[in-house]
Amino acid sequence: MNPLNRLRETWRPDQVFDLVQPTPTFDKSLDTKHGPILYVEDVSVSFDGFKALNNLNLYIDDGELRCIIGPNGAGKTTMMDVITGKTKPDSGSVYFGQRINLLKLSEHAIARGGIGRKFQKPTIFEALSVFENLELATASNKHVWYTLNHHLSGEQRDRIDEVLTQIGLTNHYQQEAGALSHGQKQWLEIGMLLVQNPRVLLVDEPVAGMTGEEVEHTAQLLTSLKGRHSVIVVEHDMAFVRSIANKVTVLHQGSVLAEGSMDQVQSDPRVVEVYLGE
Amino acid sequence: MLTQRLLLSDRGGMLVLGLVVLMAIIVPICNLAVPGDSPLHVSNFTVGLLGKFLCFALLALSVDLIWGYAGILSLGHGAFFTLGGYGMGMYLMRQIGDRGVYGHPELMDFMVVLNWQELPWYWQGFDMFWFAMLMVLLVPGLLALAFGWLAFRSRVTGVYFAIITQALTYALMLAFFRNEMGFGGNNGLNDFKEILGFDLAAQATRVGLFIASAIALVLGYLACRYIVTSRAGRVIVSIRDAESRTRFCGYQVESYKLWLFVFSAMLAAVAGALYVPQVGIINPGEFAPLNSIEMVVWVATGGRGTLFGAIVGAFSVNYAKTFFTTYSPETWLFILGGLFVLVTLLLPKGIVGLFDRFRRKGEK
Ligand SMILES: Nc1ncnc2c1ncn2[C@@H]1O[C@H](COP(=O)(O)OP(=O)(O)O)[C@@H](O)[C@H]1O
Ligand SMILES: [Mg+2]
Repeated sequence: MNPLNRLRETWRPDQVFDLVQPTPTFDKSLDTKHGPILYVEDVSVSFDGFKALNNLNLYIDDGELRCIIGPNGAGKTTMMDVITGKTKPDSGSVYFGQRINLLKLSEHAIARGGIGRKFQKPTIFEALSVFENLELATASNKHVWYTLNHHLSGEQRDRIDEVLTQIGLTNHYQQEAGALSHGQKQWLEIGMLLVQNPRVLLVDEPVAGMTGEEVEHTAQLLTSLKGRHSVIVVEHDMAFVRSIANKVTVLHQGSVLAEGSMDQVQSDPRVVEVYLGE
Repeated sequence: MLTQRLLLSDRGGMLVLGLVVLMAIIVPICNLAVPGDSPLHVSNFTVGLLGKFLCFALLALSVDLIWGYAGILSLGHGAFFTLGGYGMGMYLMRQIGDRGVYGHPELMDFMVVLNWQELPWYWQGFDMFWFAMLMVLLVPGLLALAFGWLAFRSRVTGVYFAIITQALTYALMLAFFRNEMGFGGNNGLNDFKEILGFDLAAQATRVGLFIASAIALVLGYLACRYIVTSRAGRVIVSIRDAESRTRFCGYQVESYKLWLFVFSAMLAAVAGALYVPQVGIINPGEFAPLNSIEMVVWVATGGRGTLFGAIVGAFSVNYAKTFFTTYSPETWLFILGGLFVLVTLLLPKGIVGLFDRFRRKGEK
């Protein structure tokens, strides 16, 4: 990088001053004519020489529900980090629709633009009530001065009510989020994505630690999102994956090992080797 | 509805504010109207002391806002307080006119000693009260803006942030100690005569400043309440508890931190500006890193993240300090250190938390 560029990078005003931040006009230019809503091409990420992602290629269709499986350390979480702007890859490109280059945007801009993410470990705002959690996540103007002086509109409240029903927490809306059960926390986090009205949801290990009944409920919730949103689910639980997915991608050592229906994938000898050799 | 939000829903705060208002009414009466030999008389010394405490309480409020709510530990708030104090000090110096020791119509005594011929550019305008007050807000505000911008955008947090704020206040102290800076070197600014035409030596003026400090504290408290009860306030708490979740909800975390930091710095500056005419002096010693640490101890002792806890803490720790420094000055630092350890270990929620615990026990 030459000094001039470095200087420019250091003083990029949009890093801090959201007043001069160009508002992401994602929906207008989001172009999914050709099918995919998300293009991940030849992405590589290395940590201290270790390649967490190695020429990863992944295409997600608009409205699709895709499951991604793979052994621990395969790079599934890292892939989500790259898409959401948390980790910048060493090489490759990530496009949202055909025109929006996600690698140029920061985390909050990507989130505002319609890509929501659920973390592997449930992260909600424990000190706030269920309603306040959703209130914070709700799609609206998120600039400092605006949030200082404005309350939610009626429509936004209606949307929160709708999502509360969807995630089954209507009766808990006043409860402190920290006091919810593990499964309820996971649903609340999914709800926090939904009120942002995202086009793409990235869901990292949603059923880890859930009881059988909760798993079933989560499966219903995720399949009900298909069509309205594109959903990418990372999961270990094979039974769960089988119950929700039509298309499965297997990740291994940072690249795609196999892709197809659950049956196809499970009968693939390379996949069997990876899973049995584990 | 706003009253409900700012006051009624905050019982501890109402109680503490009520006491402040009561004090602001009773103390002036008992000082000015009650004869000196009556047991109800409040001495001039006490008025001055309480006035100082009120300023400290406002300062503590600013520290609690940023530390208690945003989780950003600033160990440099003394810098903003002192800069605010210098702003007021410069106004008061300009009011002296030709009544200085050297009788120069325009230059301060220390400038005459330095053999300066004319007033430096940065002293211009400070003869006007409104301008000086504007600078009291703007200079610390802009410093906080520049400093915060660099720190937050580089994602400096936690201990590292605390350390660089210490460095900031220390650097300012060294700079202000130098005579060539033009702020009176290590003597600082003093020998003030009057404020807005009122004689600073007159007890009525002192009582006026006391009342002004109480009003500033109440207004500052309400402003802080407004912030923390707004949607932005909940974003700030969320940043404290789960920063990356907040980021992925689409909030520009740095921007929230930055504006809160700037507001907090300006609040501290107002406290400094009210403090200086009451104590009659401002010097670089106020920049001392230890002072900034003390402020954090006030907040921790009173109870972090409640706002009114900061006021309680500022009053109780400073009362203790006055007491101990009168009887055995050497021990104060040890007591301060001990207090901090004690509070951290035994009273994580401070004095306020202690009352809460008793109340809950009582209810059971
Ligand atoms: N920040 C990081 N620093 C160093 N190594 C990392 C970092 N993040 C992930 N890794 C490594 O990259 C590999 C892929 O991790 P991850 O994407 O979390 O795997 P998965 O989610 O598929 O289990 C792991 O070996 C992990 O140790
Ligand atoms: Mg993972």
